[in-house]
Amino acid sequence: MSTRLPNAGRLIDASKQIEFSFNGKRLKGYEGDTLASALLANDQMLVGRSFKYHRPRGIVASGAEEPNALMNMGEGGQFEPNQRATTTELFDGLAAKSQNHWPSLDFDVGAINTHLARFLPAGFYYKMFIHPRPFWKHVYEPIIRKSAGLGRAPKDRDQDRYEHFYTFVDVLVVGGGVAGLQAALAAGQSGANVLLIEQTADWGGRAQVDGGEVDGKPVADWIASTLKALDDLPNVTRRDRLMGAGVYDHGYALGYERVNDHTPSNAGPRHRLWRIRAKQIVTATGAIERPLSFAGNDIPGVMLASAVRDYAVNFGVSVGDRTVVVTNNDDAYLTAIAMKNAGLDVPAILDARASANGDLVQQAIDMGIRLEFGRAIAAVKGGKRVTGVKVCAQIGEGAVLSEIDCEVVAMSGGWSPVVHLWSHCGGKLNWDVEQQMFRPDATRPPTSHDGEAMVTVAGIANGYLDLNNVLQDADQAGKNAAKAAGSKPKTAKAPTASEATISPMEPVWLMPQGAPIKKRMKAWLDFQNDVKVSDVQLAAQEGYESVEHTKRYTTLGMATDQGKLSNINGLAVLSKALNADIPQVGTTTFRPPYTPISMGAIAGEARGKVFQPLRRTPIHDWNMANGADPEPVGQWHRPFAYVEQGETVHEAVNREVLNTRQNLGLLDASTLGKIIVKGPDAGKFLDMMYTNMMSSLKPGKCRYGLVCTENGFLMDDGVVARIDDDTYLCHTTTGGADRIHAHMEEWLQTEWWDWKVYTANVTEQFAQIAVVGPNARKVLEKLGGMDVSKEALPFMTWADGIIGGFDCRAYRISFSGELSYEIAVPASQGQAFWDALIEAGQEFGVMPYGTETLHILRAEKGFIMIGDESDGTVIPQDLNLQWAISKKKEDFLGKRAQLRSHMADPDRWKLVGLETLDGSVLPDGAYVVADGTNANGQRNMIGRVTSTYYSATLDRGIAMGLVLHGPDRMGEVLDIPKTDGTIIKTRIVDPVIYDKDGEKQNV
Amino acid sequence: MSNSVSALNGENVKGFVQVSELGLQGMITLRANLSTPKVKKAIKDVTGVLVPKMRQILHDGDNSIGWMSPDELLILCPHSGAEAMVTALNDALGKTHALVINVSDARAMFAVKGADARDAMAKLAPTDFGMGFQPGEIRRSRLAQVAGAFWMVDQETFNVVCFRSVARYMFDVLAVSAEKGGEVGYF
Repeated sequence: MSTRLPNAGRLIDASKQIEFSFNGKRLKGYEGDTLASALLANDQMLVGRSFKYHRPRGIVASGAEEPNALMNMGEGGQFEPNQRATTTELFDGLAAKSQNHWPSLDFDVGAINTHLARFLPAGFYYKMFIHPRPFWKHVYEPIIRKSAGLGRAPKDRDQDRYEHFYTFVDVLVVGGGVAGLQAALAAGQSGANVLLIEQTADWGGRAQVDGGEVDGKPVADWIASTLKALDDLPNVTRRDRLMGAGVYDHGYALGYERVNDHTPSNAGPRHRLWRIRAKQIVTATGAIERPLSFAGNDIPGVMLASAVRDYAVNFGVSVGDRTVVVTNNDDAYLTAIAMKNAGLDVPAILDARASANGDLVQQAIDMGIRLEFGRAIAAVKGGKRVTGVKVCAQIGEGAVLSEIDCEVVAMSGGWSPVVHLWSHCGGKLNWDVEQQMFRPDATRPPTSHDGEAMVTVAGIANGYLDLNNVLQDADQAGKNAAKAAGSKPKTAKAPTASEATISPMEPVWLMPQGAPIKKRMKAWLDFQNDVKVSDVQLAAQEGYESVEHTKRYTTLGMATDQGKLSNINGLAVLSKALNADIPQVGTTTFRPPYTPISMGAIAGEARGKVFQPLRRTPIHDWNMANGADPEPVGQWHRPFAYVEQGETVHEAVNREVLNTRQNLGLLDASTLGKIIVKGPDAGKFLDMMYTNMMSSLKPGKCRYGLVCTENGFLMDDGVVARIDDDTYLCHTTTGGADRIHAHMEEWLQTEWWDWKVYTANVTEQFAQIAVVGPNARKVLEKLGGMDVSKEALPFMTWADGIIGGFDCRAYRISFSGELSYEIAVPASQGQAFWDALIEAGQEFGVMPYGTETLHILRAEKGFIMIGDESDGTVIPQDLNLQWAISKKKEDFLGKRAQLRSHMADPDRWKLVGLETLDGSVLPDGAYVVADGTNANGQRNMIGRVTSTYYSATLDRGIAMGLVLHGPDRMGEVLDIPKTDGTIIKTRIVDPVIYDKDGEKQNV
Repeated sequence: MSNSVSALNGENVKGFVQVSELGLQGMITLRANLSTPKVKKAIKDVTGVLVPKMRQILHDGDNSIGWMSPDELLILCPHSGAEAMVTALNDALGKTHALVINVSDARAMFAVKGADARDAMAKLAPTDFGMGFQPGEIRRSRLAQVAGAFWMVDQETFNVVCFRSVARYMFDVLAVSAEKGGEVGYF
């Protein structure tokens, strides 16, 4: 059984016991444990079930590469699936549950799949679920959806918060092992601004476990003194629990900081996403040990050799009393030595090589460990945990020579440098035949904007496996990066480490090399996605030659671990099956992030009340406190209607319409765009911007105008007021304010840069209130101040003055057909002015009205609305707005386009009013149909409804629409089908229904 | 006028740094050819402040001028004096082609104050808040999802300007960034 060793474990504090739970069972661990080490200390070998066959699975690794120990972590608002036990630091009260099993981890019905494995080979899903076709949607997909996935999807709202952090550095060093420390030191000593990040809470990397000597002293001492030297440099910052997640264009990198994962009850963000702009990036990301492919290599108790010694040295955890080491390289001997040093038994080292004579091999011999060369594992004994191994010759087909009882199999198939970050942005790799690994090719680096390298690799990640070479390489990498970032490196030499004799490793991609199909079907490549040697071979046999295709066909490397353990083994098997060299087959693409990062970290602070900016007018709070039913318009929330108690929204709208027509309505029109255009060429400029003539407008007057794109389509509309000879104020729609301002600036900056015109968007400087209705003048006169009579302030004029003590600008404009003023006051006084109008208006029946009433009032008058009557394909001529298009002007934006044949086509749908024969309200967006069908078998269409409302004024539905030859067909009755199949008979009428002569607005 | 109120009426909150809305603040947008002697003189005569260089903000008494673009300045002055200053600038500029406009009420202004103010700001704006950023420099950028401009008043204080309509969002997002427990300890 796996258990805790006495007086061992460099990372744990045995005086601080903490409690956690696994599948509801209460267990104990120590401060400093990972969830994985604590589970092993409690003899919890079985930690999950595999994805496809529901095989029992145990912990394989000790770090980010772990494929099996994925947990449903936490509860309620802190629940998160697929959390790796090996990178989860233990905390008091941690609650983890294993995944992918039913009814329980120990007894799982889904495990039947393992007996059906023969019928579930690679590509099974593609072959099976294609026939018969309709089955996919109704049978297969629902079943697969139920059985798919490892962890549960979270149901509750995430209760934690997240944030981003921007930083700019000269040199970013990723990885806090020996290489990262030395690279950071070398760069830091040059004076460069350095950020060193490490994904775990422990500095020094593998050297802390694997040992060695630097400058004649234990490597741990060197790590401690180097950390101090780094901390003494003011230009170097080091941060732990911060993973280099991705490298992007131009030295941009993402870091993923797990701020409070280990202290979930602390205040502050759970994760912080670092958005780093670095002149140079050094990746000192180490390497990942490869598993060996032998039958039963997925049984709990079979682990990476490095992980077995990590658990013993770092956490004082013995995975089992007897460890059999199986390897093709010297490095795994460290595990045998570490086990012996811990007082545990190593029955044998099975070395697939014919011979080896490195220092570590000699040391094992000296310790009296039994060595067997040329040996392999024929099979692993045991079900839910290892009980022993059957030994065979590596060169044979698996005939069992002997059996060894053991609890642990420590395997090592060699090491793969972590080249992910190097590759994210285009760094290329070479295949190193001697070491059987892909290494970064320094001559083909990821390049920045200037074509120069922006990433340097250091240490083991660069393919240097021994300590001395790591130090020399990292020192050079740090200096090179600092130099490339513009600093001058010191000439100090790198520290040196004792050099060891290492015997060459031997490629072993299958164990034994002639393993028959039965064994290959039990030799796992991808533990998480259940891909075996036989699956990859089948893919090759079925013609999948590209590694990218094989990946997708077999799902090799497509799980949450992205093939950290499986990719190299998988493509080696593929290359053998294709009889090609490994570099010819190549790797799949490395994409960020390095390991999965939380969605919360990506979203950052954007949640809850700061999910999105909400724009507020000066009267916003009053609106919301007075029953406003909010309607999103751009990022504003405008009142759709002010709903009073006991009223529906529809009833509120009808009340507001009638009151505004009969008494007095107030509209918060502050959101309307207001753009100042000033300069000697302002008139000339606006003549280009608008379809009609603006330069002829007299100061003090207002004119309605249309803005078109250069393609002739209607873009925006609004009233322009001429302030003085050089100055105009252009009103835009609410949504158009920023767009039209940008449109003006673009033309001024790119085409007419020599015109003397300046613009400024002053939308938010003013609170603008529309005072509308027969009593509009009365309330303004009651407040007192400027003369607002018909004579002093006629229709379509404006004037500055004072009303009720407020400095204001009053516009006599009307979008409702009623007597109407729009009064602009400084925004800081907007609420006070609104309050004054409400108070003074009581005797005149004042009521605020919302956007729906605004829409209905304008529709009754036949006024168009940008976004209803226009949709980016409509030109002013479609809307019978020829009167607003100047024929005198030589040019304006859109003029030429509107002369094109299609734009001048008399068959374009044109605006008309629509009146249902039964008085009902037409559905919005409904189509007008004609007889027959088009080439696609669809009903012929001859028009569509653009605006439709219930008019309380007329007590019936009113609508506008675009209809083929509409204006020529007045009085004709059209068919407008509804989605329920019935048809509404609708007559074509004049769009202006209310006060056609405009007498009411001109009083 | 006595019934004038700023967007958030001086609201403030204390996290690991203090976030305060600064109340009414006079602001003027001036657009002109900033390299001409006449424009430079007019600005200096009226405000007492020189025309700033790129990314510079200069102060004199109650007045400050921040560089916004090659042909645009942001003039800060007491709220009650903004209209008068617009008039004075227009008079001083005479017939020179320029646009001077009061935008005091189109904006909101905040202070982010405390020893770790740089950390709080670096959560929101993609700007280098290292020691290279010092009083005297102004940046136009974004803070989270809205446009903003900011400068340092002293080593512990940033002033932030944004549009009035998003003042609430700006305050909330600054407050979230300043929440205790969120200290970064970086700068």
